[in-house]
Amino acid sequence: MSGQIIHTEHTDSETGKLGMWIFLFTELFLFGGLFLVYAVFRAKYSAEFHTAAAELNAFIGTLNTVFLLVSSMTVAMSLTAIQTNKPKLALFLVTVTILLAALFMMNKYFEWSHKFEYKLYPGSEVMRNLPHGEILFFGLYYMMTGLHAVHVLVGMVLLSVNVFKIKSGKVSSSHFLLLENSALYWHLVDLIWIFIFPLLYLIT
Amino acid sequence: MSEVSNNETGNHISYLRHQGKYKGILSWLLSTDHKKIGLMYLYSITVFFFVAAILGLLMRIELIAPGKTIMEPQTYNGLFTIHGIIMIFVIVIPALPAIFGNFFLPILIGAKDVAFPKLNLFSFYLFLIGAILGILSQFAGSGPPDTGWTFYVPYSAESSTNVIFALTAAFILGFSSILTGLNFIVTIHRMRAPGMGWFRMPLFPWSLYATGWIQVLATPIIGITLLMVIAERVLRIGFFDPSLGGDPVLFQHLFWIYSHPAVYIMILPAMGIVTEIFPTFSQKPVFGYTAILISSLAIAFVGYFVWGHHMFTAGISVGSRWFFSFLTFIVAVPSAIKVFNWISTMYGGSIDLKPPLLYAISFIFLFMIGGFTGLTLGALAANIQVHDTSFVVAHFHYIIFGGMGFATFAGIHYWFPKMFGRMYNNKIANIAWGINFTGFNLLYFPQFIIGIQGMPRRYFDYLPQFQTGHVISTIGGFILLAGLTLMVYNLVRSARKGAIAPANPWHGVTLEWQIPSPPSHENFDVIPEIKTKPYFFGSTDENKSK
Repeated sequence: MSGQIIHTEHTDSETGKLGMWIFLFTELFLFGGLFLVYAVFRAKYSAEFHTAAAELNAFIGTLNTVFLLVSSMTVAMSLTAIQTNKPKLALFLVTVTILLAALFMMNKYFEWSHKFEYKLYPGSEVMRNLPHGEILFFGLYYMMTGLHAVHVLVGMVLLSVNVFKIKSGKVSSSHFLLLENSALYWHLVDLIWIFIFPLLYLIT
Repeated sequence: MSEVSNNETGNHISYLRHQGKYKGILSWLLSTDHKKIGLMYLYSITVFFFVAAILGLLMRIELIAPGKTIMEPQTYNGLFTIHGIIMIFVIVIPALPAIFGNFFLPILIGAKDVAFPKLNLFSFYLFLIGAILGILSQFAGSGPPDTGWTFYVPYSAESSTNVIFALTAAFILGFSSILTGLNFIVTIHRMRAPGMGWFRMPLFPWSLYATGWIQVLATPIIGITLLMVIAERVLRIGFFDPSLGGDPVLFQHLFWIYSHPAVYIMILPAMGIVTEIFPTFSQKPVFGYTAILISSLAIAFVGYFVWGHHMFTAGISVGSRWFFSFLTFIVAVPSAIKVFNWISTMYGGSIDLKPPLLYAISFIFLFMIGGFTGLTLGALAANIQVHDTSFVVAHFHYIIFGGMGFATFAGIHYWFPKMFGRMYNNKIANIAWGINFTGFNLLYFPQFIIGIQGMPRRYFDYLPQFQTGHVISTIGGFILLAGLTLMVYNLVRSARKGAIAPANPWHGVTLEWQIPSPPSHENFDVIPEIKTKPYFFGSTDENKSK
């Protein structure tokens, strides 16, 4: 009888993971639309895209890339920790992941507010007087990094839920689907950033 | 095959009376039972359908004579916009997966529920929020949106009306649709009863599987596109605005990359439903099981690559035009294969002409008219002539209403005894079918003719020479609405007062007919083991050829 129960649980986690993977596909397509628009306008206004990209701070971008890459590692390590029944280590690693995400968001905040000081935001006087290609570049910049930042926030919420669940023992070495799916989601957030970063920051 | 005798005998309790954690109305609103969620969709979609149908009738009344009849031009613009938004995003795209998919997919594959019951309830509420936002767009803010359901830029970025509500509504409804599709794909992968291999699965689940992939892979594109239009309106980001360097044709591409596959989200489950009906009412296995299944997948796949045929006059290149035109002709082939299979299923069967079969047969008839006129539109030269005329309106109403709509009516008459445990009045159902069929053709066929003669779509006014067509069309509209009312009256009344339905009134052989009517909360007391192909009607001669 107990053997049967374990079997059902196993099935459930496979089902949950399949659902998550399909959801990640939809996320890829969501960002895919923006990448497509980027490709079209990059082809049309490649010189102006280069000029506009020089405005972005590649150092902050690189720093953020490092934060996300490391956080992807820590979240993967926390999953291994929970699977090998080390909840305290897992808790620590998830918390580090959330902190790294917070650092990423902080950087983003300074980056955006710096541009706002120059009145470089969609609809502003400064922006409207720029050449077309630059307007579109900054439009894409705000849209892509903005949508990505929303995903970072969602990921932070998911990971925070995991913190509580690990503490209360609901996420454990036998039930780690939630952490696994949150980690998958976090990797997606990371993956999308890896494409956004060079396309926006490194094309000068 | 032994039938389970009457309902509610022994310890069987119908899902309709099952009380879970919550009592009263909450036992519905918070239920994660796929059957109750299916019924909640059915009720809300019926209400929205009548709202949008009446809006459509108001447009028809306006068009009964040239010039102003009962409303201002701007009101008319608002009406065709909200009619389209409700009909497309709230009714035609979600209806079949949400109502019949929810109710019957788990039962048809021998499961107790979908893979993610809570997510299922969540998508229902997303659906409801989206639908209500759509309605609110009419009243809140600065006047009803007037962009048409296609939200073409630059007008949708400039119109002073309340477009953002409508865009947000469509975005939320799209998210709900994604989650339903995701749920069904996982359900089909993981929850089939023991012994039900992929090729023992009935064809309605197969069509939902193909639909699910379109929902999952195409809907995010419209999501991001709508977000971009919202950003364009709110923040003046100029993706689609030529004065800021953007490209309006790019919007059309992005819009139709989703919205053409969406046509197959509408029609594939409809095809799946009639595929269940033909074998039952012919008492004969479905002809060409594999061909129907492959054609479903082929439609889903090729359907991704034909979006450009909506843009033949938008200035896209000659090369891409003939490419899209060619693929449009290719995508008609699998649909035709299905039609041949349905007719061959009936051929030599013992046909029982009950209301579900009447609707299914008229589905074929109307779908073929819609399909062939679709080829007229897919041909490059003819498209220039009839582009943006009422010919297009007639074409897609034949596909969507004549196809998807009549298949829905077929489905509700087929599964009604199972869903509510009662029979409806056959005679009234037949009469209502006759009125619907007549009214439908009177309503839309004249629009083909005046369309070819040059009557534009979405126009408030027209030249006197088109009036005969418009008058016939409006009369058809009244007849159709009368028929629909009679049909719904019959069903609503029978759900309370109809004769008690046996477990298997139509002598069907798929799994839903092997359990009591209405099913219990858990569907199956014992999960069935599947040992044969679907549509196996005993050991009669015709089965030996299978």
